[in-house]
Amino acid sequence: MPRRTMIEAIRDAMDVSMARDERVIVYGEDVGFFGGVFRCTQGLQAKYGKSRCFDAPISESGIVGSAIGMAAYGLKPCVEVQFADYVYPAYDQIVSEAARLRYRSNGDFTCPIVVRMPTGGGIFGGQTHSQSPEALFTHVSGLKVVVPSNPHDAKGLLISSIEDPDPVIFLEPKRLYNGPFDGHHDRPVTPWSKHELGEVADGHYTVPLGKAVIRRAGAAVTVLAYGTMVYVAEAAAEETGIDAEIIDLRTLLPLDLETIVASVNKTGRCVVVHEATLTSGFGAELSALVQEHCFYHLEAPVARVAGWDTPYPHAQEWDYFPGPARLGRALVETMEA
Amino acid sequence: MADAGMLRFHVPEPEVRPGGTPDFSDVTIPKAGSVPRPEIDVDPRTIRDMAFSIIRVLNRAGEAVGPWAGLLSDDELLEGLRHMMTLRTFDARMQMAQRQGKTSFYMQHLGEEAVSCAFRKALAPGDMNFPTYRQAGLLIADGYPMVTMMNQIYSNEADPLKGRQLPIMYSSKEHGFFSISGNLATQYIQAVGWAMASAISNDSKIAAAWIGDGSTAESDFHSALVFASTYKAPVVLNVVNNQWAISTFQGIARGGSGTFAARGLGFGIPSLRVDGNDYLAVHAVAKWATTRARSNLGPTLIEYVTYRVGAHSSSDDPSAYRPKAESDAWPLGDPIVRLKNHLIQRGVWSDERHTQAEAEIQEMVVSAQREAERHGTLHAGGKPSTRDMFEGVYAEMPPHLRRQRQQAGV
Repeated sequence: MPRRTMIEAIRDAMDVSMARDERVIVYGEDVGFFGGVFRCTQGLQAKYGKSRCFDAPISESGIVGSAIGMAAYGLKPCVEVQFADYVYPAYDQIVSEAARLRYRSNGDFTCPIVVRMPTGGGIFGGQTHSQSPEALFTHVSGLKVVVPSNPHDAKGLLISSIEDPDPVIFLEPKRLYNGPFDGHHDRPVTPWSKHELGEVADGHYTVPLGKAVIRRAGAAVTVLAYGTMVYVAEAAAEETGIDAEIIDLRTLLPLDLETIVASVNKTGRCVVVHEATLTSGFGAELSALVQEHCFYHLEAPVARVAGWDTPYPHAQEWDYFPGPARLGRALVETMEA
Repeated sequence: MADAGMLRFHVPEPEVRPGGTPDFSDVTIPKAGSVPRPEIDVDPRTIRDMAFSIIRVLNRAGEAVGPWAGLLSDDELLEGLRHMMTLRTFDARMQMAQRQGKTSFYMQHLGEEAVSCAFRKALAPGDMNFPTYRQAGLLIADGYPMVTMMNQIYSNEADPLKGRQLPIMYSSKEHGFFSISGNLATQYIQAVGWAMASAISNDSKIAAAWIGDGSTAESDFHSALVFASTYKAPVVLNVVNNQWAISTFQGIARGGSGTFAARGLGFGIPSLRVDGNDYLAVHAVAKWATTRARSNLGPTLIEYVTYRVGAHSSSDDPSAYRPKAESDAWPLGDPIVRLKNHLIQRGVWSDERHTQAEAEIQEMVVSAQREAERHGTLHAGGKPSTRDMFEGVYAEMPPHLRRQRQQAGV
């Protein structure tokens, strides 16, 4: 099976979708001729023409607002916001418009759009290229929120998102674009070409939305992770020797609660981890759900490991980023609790 | 540099406040028929002055004059008059229904009826409007059933939107009327996107974007103009300048640009101003713009100069911020009276027929209201189910909503 980077897998998902369905339109800043600053759309304009893949003005509200109009017409736009940090001008369009169009018009108009954006830190991007705003979207009724952690899933989840009848926020952990980064920033990263999850089948396949996957089976403690934190969790489990069951959520909304509850009821312990800031982060929702559904199986408080409640710093990136050491401490404390 | 020194902060003020004498002497009204009608493929740079004038067809004597006249037949004009009268009567009944507690909220069009009623007649089937909350004339003039509008206003058991939306936030794809958001300006860029999609699909349909004077200050307005200009989208960009954004006079949003139409000039978009209380002028300019859009000539920006005679909404009291008699002083008159006088002048209408038409329309609206009220009003009779509240958030209900619906006991 061919191996692809996450960038190539994402590009392939759009390529496959554009070939299958001429209603799929791809645009965003630097997306057309150049192929995107991360090259996720490279070659699509040459292959499908300027009507199907084109450059947009630097206007996120314009990109998402026009995509909503296109979706109302009957197309299926898959647009790129260059960094998740830049999505806020489009927030009104996403929250007040895309998410509610089906509901408020009782299905008279719908909004099958995908808003792709690179998310997360680890690249010395400072506060404007490192944020993880997923919780700002999981709080919104009517959206779906997807965070892939590897090339295979990225392709299958993106195809599912493009084919979905409702708006999907597709957050691509940019630190994973070229390899499974585990938080050990001082070590070289294994490229996807040497990782089994870099195996990406040609052609069309889907990974369903709303389904988590167990990345590492274990009996001692459940770690709920997504995106880059999946590899941080693997490193933490290995380094502490704790037999953690690591769940890669893949889709945050709708959430695969069944898989979470089954695992926590089995292990009796749970640690939630994400890069985003702690307070009101998605971990708060996960922690509350585990408490509601698994209370009588819990042998320790649910722990949360997250970014500190500061803006994403530049020089202090590795003090901020929840790496394997921080997660490892939480695993040990949860086992000792 | 005569005034170098302490900086002063500038906040524009309207000419007159409550208690003062209304004064529109600063509003320059060109003579009807005096503004030329350019070819649709005109170079926008050569008609920049049109953003600062006002296209008018009906003169004080009720005659249709000048190059923008002559597009509509007697029957079409009589139909237009009937649409405007229907909208006004509909508004009066629904405003009263709100006061009677039959619904929570209402917004009327008093004085602005010509804008949406006449514009609708310049569109073709399949075209799409992205309206604000004050363009119900688009529905009335397209034959959308009044009973359905009332069912929506009452949020009753027959409400096509299942009680989910604030009154008057209609939606009808079939009638080219995009779901009203209630958030301001968001729909403007969506209209441009819809038009881009039509061009991408090599279709023949066009879009119409709608916004009020106040909301042109929103960034989505500017996004829309950038996208429309860049991609030459087949869209008509309508700005309804009714002078007031709730209590805020139009100068607060307009700033130093002179007119709202002038906003289009920097984007190279042909930008016209039109007498919004002149049914014939509105229709003629709309036709010019829709023809341009359909001919791959791109967007047109139209500013409709009109006046919001009524309150902003049923929750607003304009006497707190503008003179009570200001609407009487408005120099462009009343759109219904002006079209009525024109039809009388044409010899196809009379005061008697007008009075008779008023009675007929009143009866039609009252009868629609009776029918709607049989399906319930906001606090009485049939209403949408609690189950409907949980439906339609997604195409398929996800597990967490199913759990919550169970919790709610429905």
